[in-house]
Amino acid sequence: MAPIGVDEWVARSGDRREESRWRALLTRVDERVGWWPRLGILALVGFIYGHLGLNVNEQDVAFNAVLYAILALGLNIVVGWAGLLDLGYIAFFGLGAYGYALFSSHAFGSLVLDTGGVHLPAVATIPIVLVAAGIVGVAVGLVALRLSGDYLAIVTLFLGQAFAEVVNNVDPSVLGGSNGLFALDRFHSFGGQITSTLGYYYVAVIVLIVLMAALHMLDRSRTGRAWRAVRDDPLAAQVMTIPVNAVKVMAFSFGAIVAALAGTIFAAQQDSVFATNFSANVLILIYACLVLGGAGGIAGAVLGGIVVTVAQDLLTSPLDSAYLFYGLILIVLFARVRPWRYLAAVIPAIVGLGFAAHAIVGAISHTAVAGSPGSVGWIGSALRHYVIVPANSLTYGNILYVVMIVALIAVVQLKGVRRLIAVVPTVYIAICCWEARLTVDPGITAQIMIGAILIVIMGARPQGLLGTRRVEIV
Amino acid sequence: MASLLELDHVSHAFGGLRALHELDLNVAEHEIVSVIGPNGAGKTTLFNVITGIYKPGGDIRFDGKSIVGRPPHRITQMGIARTFQSLRLFLNMTVKENVKAATYGGTHATPLESMLRLPRARREEREVEERANDVLGFFGQRLQGYRHDQPAYSLSYANRRRLEIARAMATGARLLLLDEPAAGMNPNETHEITELIGRLRTERGYTILVIEHDMHVVEGISDRVVALDHGEKLTEGTFHEVANHPEVIEAYLGRNPEALQK
Repeated sequence: MAPIGVDEWVARSGDRREESRWRALLTRVDERVGWWPRLGILALVGFIYGHLGLNVNEQDVAFNAVLYAILALGLNIVVGWAGLLDLGYIAFFGLGAYGYALFSSHAFGSLVLDTGGVHLPAVATIPIVLVAAGIVGVAVGLVALRLSGDYLAIVTLFLGQAFAEVVNNVDPSVLGGSNGLFALDRFHSFGGQITSTLGYYYVAVIVLIVLMAALHMLDRSRTGRAWRAVRDDPLAAQVMTIPVNAVKVMAFSFGAIVAALAGTIFAAQQDSVFATNFSANVLILIYACLVLGGAGGIAGAVLGGIVVTVAQDLLTSPLDSAYLFYGLILIVLFARVRPWRYLAAVIPAIVGLGFAAHAIVGAISHTAVAGSPGSVGWIGSALRHYVIVPANSLTYGNILYVVMIVALIAVVQLKGVRRLIAVVPTVYIAICCWEARLTVDPGITAQIMIGAILIVIMGARPQGLLGTRRVEIV
Repeated sequence: MASLLELDHVSHAFGGLRALHELDLNVAEHEIVSVIGPNGAGKTTLFNVITGIYKPGGDIRFDGKSIVGRPPHRITQMGIARTFQSLRLFLNMTVKENVKAATYGGTHATPLESMLRLPRARREEREVEERANDVLGFFGQRLQGYRHDQPAYSLSYANRRRLEIARAMATGARLLLLDEPAAGMNPNETHEITELIGRLRTERGYTILVIEHDMHVVEGISDRVVALDHGEKLTEGTFHEVANHPEVIEAYLGRNPEALQK
């Protein structure tokens, strides 16, 4: 062994850092357990989870979580590895779903020719759909070769939106129009068929695990290296024997195939397909999965898919969403307010401000505090004499929402102690706004909260939960 | 001596600007040829037309076959690899992956074979691993051990230059085009790179065409020196012939005022 030089000393700086016991343990486990055992553990967890006696809603969430994990994995090929900002990805998800709907239902030509449709078994439909998606992926990829960066994003966004528009507007006897296609066949092959959500959950888990294994292999092969090389520097990749155009088209095609595969499972589980299932909202959600989890990694994409889906479900339940909201406020305060004595001043100030404001407003006008907080359970009763909620809270809530945004902008602009002081009323306004308005509209609130979670992630871990930090080439 | 690389009346223009004009150049097998010239003389453009990034007028032959009009990745696969003056590594990939990425053209496993680890994929992956170790081993301790798994962006400037050369070697090329390999290096590192370029020929049998501004490096390595200015060849010959050539001196320093008065 060569004598240790300065370089080596720097490289080993990590070993010298003092770590807490549990963190040291975590690091050791992280180093010892290889990738394949981890995949095995994930598969095991996936199957055991299905056996826990989930209720209908929990089954739905579990299925969706795995479905979004698959979608995020496919998007990761195009965006995370090949570095192509593809906003038309959602169309391939739709293509898979509608493809399945056409080949495994009464729908194909039935309304025109009364043929009774095509009822192919899933083992035949899925390969057909995947091949078709791969070919369309190549076609879109060939168009996309001419574009890069922002231009690629805009054009693919149009292509993706065109899918929903076309499906919605062609003759309803072909693709069902806005009524969608329904009463599809379930997955059936060799005499059996899968009807329950739990059944599709297991199908999705198997697909996810197999896909993760395949993509892991691909990532470490010449293809994976070529994708990442093209992402980092296309010109250099070109003169290092990599056919850049072919490699990009391949990434598009692979992403399309994965999305279409997810689409077929989705269509069979839902037993129907609608154009609105493939809108820009869903696309943004898949991107949120990838960004949150960490683009460029398999584990990150899967974790992102699960976290975003579960968070979305939690946000539809008033109590769980309250936990998320107040938890997020506390995490941000604990993470960002330093030193500790400032934190010790800020939290009592927020608490005190609320009760004082409630008492003063209550003394002036009784109706101004007549409403009750939107949160239910113990959080609602704890905040009964804290937040100001008038009897008719809708207009009040809307105004407060605008005030909250102005206050947030002010907090961001201010520095030092002033910011600290501004934080106190801002948090209080946010809590009032939440209780008066946001909990009433879970649909909108869920989107705002996912946005807020992403902002927090950006500050704390810009590379995503499991991502690795990346440098951009100037 | 047989020419490995032959340029025959090669011209290239950017709009009205003639970057290369009717340039003839031959590089024999196992020869080290330096290209010198003031800024804007067309040196890097020369590399860009040889590697296929620009399509020039005239003809370029490598090993007797014309390469004009072929895409860059094919040209590299035929045996011409280059480094970049401005350092264009795959910064977010590890040192070893950078080298392995350059073996893409020499391997043929399809994605499906790679996913399933079929025999051809396994064999090629083994060969790629060996080649990467071999190429990185050429640089001694500099790119060894824990460095293999470090991301390229964490390397020092000098190590990035070494990795660029390693990556070019991994393509399986016979001719290396080195674009200012000593730029930005301290005297010690410059000396080291001079030796390294010599070893590339003696130990590995490469033919080398190099652009360099550091005249000590040029003097130390070159069999032959070619001086360019305004896209045309001023002269070529041994280092001392070229360095003392009046037109070369004029190109670098401007016209001698006394000579003007005469």
